[in-house]
Amino acid sequence: MKYIQEYRDSRLSRKIIEQIAAISHRDIRIMEVCGTHTVSIFRNGIRTVLPANVSLISGPGCPVCVTDQKEIDTAIALAAQENAIIATFGDLIRVPGTFSSLQKEQADGRDIRIVYSTFDAINIARQNPDKDVIFLGIGFETTAPTIAASVLAAKKAGVSNYFVYSAHKLMPPALEALMNRELSRIDGFLLPGHVSVIIGTKAYGKFFDKYRIPCVITGFEPVDILQAVLNLTEMINAGSPRLENDYPRAVTEAGNTEATKIMYSVFEPCDTAWRGIGTIAGSGLQFRPEYAGFDAKAHFDPDVPDALPPKGCACGEILTGKLTPPQCPLYKTKCTPMNPVGPCMVSSEGTCAAYYKYHD
Amino acid sequence: MDQTRILLDHGSGGKLSNDLIAELMLPVFDNPVLAGMEDGATLDIQGCRIAFSTDSYTVEPIFFPGGNIGDLAVNGTVNDVAMCGAIPLYLSAGMIIEAGFPKADLEKILKSMGMAAKAAGVQIVTGDTKVVAQGAADKIFINTSGIGLIPEGVRISAANARPGDKIILSGTIADHGMAVLSRREGLEFESPIESDSAALNLLVGRMLDTYPDIHVLRDPTRGGVGTALNEIALHAETGIRIYEDQIPVKDSVAGICELLGFDPLYVANEGKLLAFVNGDHAETLLNLIQTDPLGKDACIIGEVVPDHSGKVIMETAIGGERIIDMLTGEQLPRIC
Repeated sequence: MKYIQEYRDSRLSRKIIEQIAAISHRDIRIMEVCGTHTVSIFRNGIRTVLPANVSLISGPGCPVCVTDQKEIDTAIALAAQENAIIATFGDLIRVPGTFSSLQKEQADGRDIRIVYSTFDAINIARQNPDKDVIFLGIGFETTAPTIAASVLAAKKAGVSNYFVYSAHKLMPPALEALMNRELSRIDGFLLPGHVSVIIGTKAYGKFFDKYRIPCVITGFEPVDILQAVLNLTEMINAGSPRLENDYPRAVTEAGNTEATKIMYSVFEPCDTAWRGIGTIAGSGLQFRPEYAGFDAKAHFDPDVPDALPPKGCACGEILTGKLTPPQCPLYKTKCTPMNPVGPCMVSSEGTCAAYYKYHD
Repeated sequence: MDQTRILLDHGSGGKLSNDLIAELMLPVFDNPVLAGMEDGATLDIQGCRIAFSTDSYTVEPIFFPGGNIGDLAVNGTVNDVAMCGAIPLYLSAGMIIEAGFPKADLEKILKSMGMAAKAAGVQIVTGDTKVVAQGAADKIFINTSGIGLIPEGVRISAANARPGDKIILSGTIADHGMAVLSRREGLEFESPIESDSAALNLLVGRMLDTYPDIHVLRDPTRGGVGTALNEIALHAETGIRIYEDQIPVKDSVAGICELLGFDPLYVANEGKLLAFVNGDHAETLLNLIQTDPLGKDACIIGEVVPDHSGKVIMETAIGGERIIDMLTGEQLPRIC
């Protein structure tokens, strides 16, 4: 078993598509929360095979896209520090801040390096003992544990020139905010696969009990997504919501407890601002006092004013499912992947970039 | 985006590279041959049709599974000349070497260049060596140019694609890009991914001997198959339709692409070609390609269609559709 081809099976997919068509009798709005789902839906042309009354709405699940404007500006300000090397995952590099982007700073001679693992960043710190190496900690529960692990490793190895800017986001509080603030009508959630591998099915228990909305965790291959859409459509039709795990080959009830333990040994929940949603209580991660020495924000304390998203940019409305990218006045006119105005057009997982790339 | 500076993305082989050429180079060098924007120039010199092409190699790391910067520099230019339908004959080689570069590595690179040239049946007949101060270049950069003769009756051009043509791909995609990337980033896998770096001129020669009326030949290097097909669709002002389940990708390559969020359709190849040929002859040509070791995994991946001019559309494995756009910049690994 190779775990990819089986879940791209053409015949099985077509069978599920027929089943969905047979039971779709009314308008259904399903939000896929995760950016990797958004991309997979486009890459496999899933919207083009679903009945017209089943709408898939992209949610706030692209880590770069939900990063607040001020956080982007802070990352850029950190890059401008004398003596700093910025280590970052690739997605972030083109995101426009208020006045600049990491890519522009790089062209201006700032030392900004794309890494594939936090441990690469520690190695850079080791090789450059006279520099301050700052890792940009952007992402959900999927990446936060590895970043926490790097802090633990740096502490153990006595690497004192390694810092992390923690702008992490937690998924369950964001789901709650979507429901609480009635940002858009949602009949069911396609819950993220990667995040759920870490936090487990149980992490959504409280959310589900409170809102009783159909929720299905699923993987990223077409068969995974189609099966979850079928499952959700059945639940929505029957009015019998359940929280189900359609991704048991990767997701367990408890999740990766070792990873969450590491994450919470270094970080603790805090309130944080999400682009398009605003501040959500307990939805971010900040350093615990005993690891404060690694906190780039505390250490460098860059002076960054509050920032508004770019004028006219509808990323906020798009992240919450209120608008689709073609409804944004800047889409394809002022805002393109070559010249992005908002982060949703930058990240490969951003809804606008996915629409631009795959949508006619 | 900063409009005043050259960004790395301008060198990605995708849309920004094309924009840069159109904005800054075409107007200055203004001539009809260059305006054709093919892989190489096709020239009429005293009754001879000659193909002429150049390429610079800056690959990092310089040694990677399946090859090094030396054989890549030979194969790449040989292929560019071959994609004009020509028989490549002579190459030049220019080197820019950073002071302090190990002599043994240079020797190794030169040896592989020699071997690659021999295998392709071309000679490196002129060259140049410059050494720059440490930091002024990264280890070694190589430029190669090549010329070749275009046989009578051969007319290859991206503009020649026409509805009814079938598109043959000579083998698995994304091998080179992912081999280099996984070596560069120290990503280890059970079965190492090897670059497909190879000279395709002998295969092209056999194809043209048997079937001179091939419409388009293209080696999908930087920007991958996706970008190459877009360029052809734009040039020929036709639509292209491809089928996801017909495009061969090695399991190991598909796996690492999946891991990093890369689309193999946009990843570089260095030993694969796309051939556009009248649908009636596609099977015959395919069978011929498959008898060559470099074409054993060849298949027909799609066709040229009269509608959606300038656009490439892929039918996905599940029966859906998606647009294959041109790559806008380097693919970047995703966060989650």
